[in-house]
Amino acid sequence: MCLAIPGKLIEIAYDAQGVKMGKANFGGIVKQVCLEYTPEANPGDYVLVHVGFALGKVDEEEAARTYKLLAEMDQLSELEIPES
Amino acid sequence: MKYIDEYRDEALAGKLVNELRQVVTKPWVLMEVCGGQTHTIVKYGIDHLLPDEVELVHGPGCPVCVTSLEMIDKAHAIAQRPEVIFCSFGDMLRVPGSKVDLLVLKSRGADVRVVYSPIDALKIARTNPHKKVVFFAIGFETTAPGNAMAVWQAQKQGLTNFSVLVSHVLVPPAMAAILQSPLNRVQGFLGPGHVCTVMGYQEYEPIAARYRVPIVITGFEPLDILEGVLMTVRQLEAGAAEVENEYPRVVKREGNRVAQDLVNSVFEICDRKWRGVGLIPKSGYKLRPEFRKQDAELLFEVEEIDTEESSVCISGLVLRGVKKPHDCPAFGTACTPTRPLGATMVSAEGACAAYYAYGRHLQEEKRKVEPIGTNH
Repeated sequence: MCLAIPGKLIEIAYDAQGVKMGKANFGGIVKQVCLEYTPEANPGDYVLVHVGFALGKVDEEEAARTYKLLAEMDQLSELEIPES
Repeated sequence: MKYIDEYRDEALAGKLVNELRQVVTKPWVLMEVCGGQTHTIVKYGIDHLLPDEVELVHGPGCPVCVTSLEMIDKAHAIAQRPEVIFCSFGDMLRVPGSKVDLLVLKSRGADVRVVYSPIDALKIARTNPHKKVVFFAIGFETTAPGNAMAVWQAQKQGLTNFSVLVSHVLVPPAMAAILQSPLNRVQGFLGPGHVCTVMGYQEYEPIAARYRVPIVITGFEPLDILEGVLMTVRQLEAGAAEVENEYPRVVKREGNRVAQDLVNSVFEICDRKWRGVGLIPKSGYKLRPEFRKQDAELLFEVEEIDTEESSVCISGLVLRGVKKPHDCPAFGTACTPTRPLGATMVSAEGACAAYYAYGRHLQEEKRKVEPIGTNH
């Protein structure tokens, strides 16, 4: 139910009622998303979408940093595992 | 897909498990709060990869599961009215009330429609001005911004034929209720990453401090879960009880202020009854009085309904992490996803339904699998 997935924002447009909307690409599937809660999002950004609403921007720096930490732990722990 | 595939890396998962083996020295019970996390854990068999000392129990974070039987019966009563188009998220359709479910009502001629977004329900209201369109607004804090926007837009646009049946629930009061129970076994939490995308995690800090439990806000991919477990166990082993954020690529401490503002202007906090658990004080949202014209509960004046749950079902204990699905004599026999007896079997994200979907009912006892990528 709280499923939310990251999609790449490709276009921003207001609908007939003046609601800030956009199109986001989810691995090839393009869907309309409401952008009222992510005024800072620009085309090219990844937004996290739940029930048609972008709830936040995916922070690319944090994503890269977390992944780098995981990968580094990989290298470090490699050194700690005794050879069998 | 970017931001998904890299967090499913098998080799890194194996390394995280090895790291965990080196850190853990004694038994710990961790609860993942969110049903989406339960689903990931069971789907990927993450609980079977963990060292024996680390036990995962499954939390109450499935809003479809915990929506009270009374509220579901109210939804059914409203959906059967000839002037109504009843809109709902798809996973609510098969949830049984006292007598039927929404799919059965649809087959009998009720106008029940599945929507992906509350915005779709608004569109249906706009294109059907002579019908009363009712949206079943369920969910945790993650879904509240979408549902709040639908209500707010309907009022702004003068859509007088749109209303919502609200059954919103909140995570922190449920965590506190679990920790206060004399049956509690939970020593640390994987916090709900998407709830915190909206709300931030400041409200979890007093819970961590008061009950001396670590809470690690965690994402939904396998590496997120493993990292969340590792961070929680590190704290437990060190005697710490802090709120930490495993999911900083999405979650900020303050959350999404724009979304919080609209949620707070449309909803206010109320007591809420949880299926399988009972009444939890201040654990839900209801519409503020200024939106009463869009409150389906008031508009349709449904009478209070007396309901009765199965006497065999242990879903209340499963939801609080006291029991596992296979501890129930009805699991996989009298109770299956097509004929659920209780809360945790009614939705795909319920712990019992997740166990059933991935064949756990076929397993006599916990299967042990060698972690991926380890040296033999």
